[in-house]
Amino acid sequence: MSHRPDLAYWGGFVIAVGLLFVAPVVLPPFWARFATEILIWGLLAMSSDILIGYTGMVSFGHSAFFGLGMYGAAAALLTTKPPNLWLTLLYGLAAAAGVAAFVAFFATRLREIYFSITTLVFSQIFYVIIFTWTEVTGGENGLTFRQPALSFLGLGSLPFTATTLHWFVLAVVTISFLVLRRITQSPFGKVLQSIKENEPRTRAIGYAVERYKILAVMLSGLFAGLAGVLYALQNKFAAPDFVFFTVSGEVVIFNVMGGMGTLVGPVAGAAFFLLLREGFSRYFTEYYLIPVGIIFTAMVIFMPQGLLGFLKRRLNS
Amino acid sequence: MLLRLEDIQTYYGKSHILHGVSLEVQAGEVVGLLGRNGVGKSTTMKTIAGIVRPAAGRVVFEDKDVAGLPPYKLAHMGIAWVPEDRRVFRLLTVLENLRTGLDRPGVTEPRKQALLDKVYAYFPVLAERRAQAAGTLSGGEQQMLAIARAMMLEPKIILLDEPTEGLMPRMVSQIKDIVHRLGGDGVAILLVEQNVPLTLDATTRCYIMEKGAVQHHASSAELRANHAVIRQYLGV
Amino acid sequence: MAIPLDQILIQTVTGLVNGMVLALVASGLTLIFGIMDVVNFAHGDLVMLGAFVGATTVATTGNFWLGLLIAAVTIAVFGALLQVTTLRPLIGRDPLTTILATFGISLVLQKYAIWQWGPSARQIVEPVSGQFPLFYLQYPWYRILTALLSGAIIGALYLFLKYGKYGIWIRATTQDRVMAAAMGIPVPLVHTGVFAIGAAMAAASGVLFGPLGGVTQNMGFDFTLRAFIVVVVGGMGNLGGSILAAIFISLLEAYASLVVSPAQAVIVSFVALILTLLVRPTGLFVPTPK
Repeated sequence: MSHRPDLAYWGGFVIAVGLLFVAPVVLPPFWARFATEILIWGLLAMSSDILIGYTGMVSFGHSAFFGLGMYGAAAALLTTKPPNLWLTLLYGLAAAAGVAAFVAFFATRLREIYFSITTLVFSQIFYVIIFTWTEVTGGENGLTFRQPALSFLGLGSLPFTATTLHWFVLAVVTISFLVLRRITQSPFGKVLQSIKENEPRTRAIGYAVERYKILAVMLSGLFAGLAGVLYALQNKFAAPDFVFFTVSGEVVIFNVMGGMGTLVGPVAGAAFFLLLREGFSRYFTEYYLIPVGIIFTAMVIFMPQGLLGFLKRRLNS
Repeated sequence: MLLRLEDIQTYYGKSHILHGVSLEVQAGEVVGLLGRNGVGKSTTMKTIAGIVRPAAGRVVFEDKDVAGLPPYKLAHMGIAWVPEDRRVFRLLTVLENLRTGLDRPGVTEPRKQALLDKVYAYFPVLAERRAQAAGTLSGGEQQMLAIARAMMLEPKIILLDEPTEGLMPRMVSQIKDIVHRLGGDGVAILLVEQNVPLTLDATTRCYIMEKGAVQHHASSAELRANHAVIRQYLGV
Repeated sequence: MAIPLDQILIQTVTGLVNGMVLALVASGLTLIFGIMDVVNFAHGDLVMLGAFVGATTVATTGNFWLGLLIAAVTIAVFGALLQVTTLRPLIGRDPLTTILATFGISLVLQKYAIWQWGPSARQIVEPVSGQFPLFYLQYPWYRILTALLSGAIIGALYLFLKYGKYGIWIRATTQDRVMAAAMGIPVPLVHTGVFAIGAAMAAASGVLFGPLGGVTQNMGFDFTLRAFIVVVVGGMGNLGGSILAAIFISLLEAYASLVVSPAQAVIVSFVALILTLLVRPTGLFVPTPK
């Protein structure tokens, strides 16, 4: 096995990170923010890929993990004084983990379609609760709060600027990517893939499939929640819209368009979708989803391996 | 020449099941297809019926290339398939099962009734049970229904896959009679069977398959006397 | 806190009415699933499109029944076209692919409705006005009519399936599509036909629901979600089960809204789904196989 593909892969990775690093400095503010958003949605898409691409479980409920991460962050930023970045992360991740455990417990023993429908239903349950529990969650209007400062234990703190926040997000997403990549290539990750390929056989070999699935959901939920925290940090508000199914749907679109099971693919899918949305809305205004939806459906039928899979094939041949 | 297979190659996913099957059946002939379990007899039948698409080779029916046509078109052309596990529509009544083959383009009401009468004459027990759900019939009755259902297509050839499997001896001889009667009616039959003596008795000639291809071909009379070949390919 | 009996009885009637409309939507969905293993994520959007077509027709012609007919026929044809272009190529593939494809279609249809008819809601005027006294309320006749009509349509479907050549084709294909094809039944056409029937039923429910709940561009998702729940609780592919489940779920929600707000009452159906999946995943209303 030559080192060439690895070199190309890591070379590309370094270039991508490098570009993203200089983005806020060279791009106009709108596009700089856009780059940060791509990173956050990319992280969300990566988290979903663990389930869809690696374990073969299509989740329509990622908005719940994302949204709860966001509201968890909001809770930290509204209840603790002074608002602390690390506490925010902790609260957000804990909330997402709680939801993930809940979903994992109920949904993982269900096969395919029932799992997907159940995750959808769960995210709607959380939506309804958040939407109607106005005293705690702000209901329809959501919650607004201030950004915490970037603090280092004992070394003092530095308020975020758009640029430094972008770098923070880039750091978190990059580390997440490396961690997730490591996990997918570990024995654990291999078992997940084996579950996707042939669940009965994996079970027959002796693996406790349910346990692996639960762990996969928890892992996926955790990183989705992390994306939610980052979003809250960037935008300084939390709203029930983000718990609504639409977000889950978009995440699935990122995965399919980018290429499931590649981690990088979904990030590319997120970027592709967001750029399409930006581009199309100039011409089609709010109807951008019509051409984008058509493209998505066409890709499901004709290019199920996604952009990345398609490119991979082109490059290999 | 009613049906001819030329060098059929068929795969199930990555498994190469048929390695070049060639055979032919004349109009009105009763031909046997023998071989041990797993050599590809059922797959050959499925390929003819259009259930499975061959990767290479030709299926020629009445001088037309039919490989790759959907099964329902082949049924209209006159190929009737009676599968190994019968596959009667369990939740439909006996009569409804028969009607699945009757409601074809170009069949008049009187002709439909005539076909039903004919089949009830062949299988009186089906007439008795016509309003019963097919899933409640015994194994032998289901087999009769499966054959009757095929007859509703007014086929030129019936692909009969292991009709006596799992049946009691009394039913087995009934099936043998039916095969004779059908043959007498001028319908060609390609018969796959594990029951070698029955096959040799009911057919004029037989193909023997092994490892996904036809390895031997002889008249049934010859084979009846040729114990060595029987032992070699059928391990009896 | 005791709830007065007449309130409970009124909610029972309301639950039954809503249940019948939901049953109409769910029967189409379960029929489609039973025959071709397609989980039609866009089913609720077909309801929505039917409602809009119906609303436009009623507004221009003043005739509710014409609106109902035209909506059903238009959406049936549209459904057939949809199935042939996007779902036929997916036959034999992973069932999750169809859920993704129909999800994509759902997005397009939702936005298309906004583009075609604008963002504001529509009204459909009920064909029979007038009310009758039901306990302390004046209950609209139209609601009862809706339940009866939905029941009639479902009944017609049942008869169609049970008697007649096409009913046999559909039932045979649902049980064993390979054997049905081997018997000369044109299975691809049957698939398209069933999808069209399901679409027509969805459209009809949209029009029937119009005077009750209005016609809005995002009503689709709600219907899809509820229909999914009903189909799972009723047993996927089980027609009788979906009808019972639809009524069951609607009654639960109707009773729940006595205690909590309607927005929260919807959680009962979610809980019903989860309990079904945990306790009896093949469906609450499916007889245990012998």
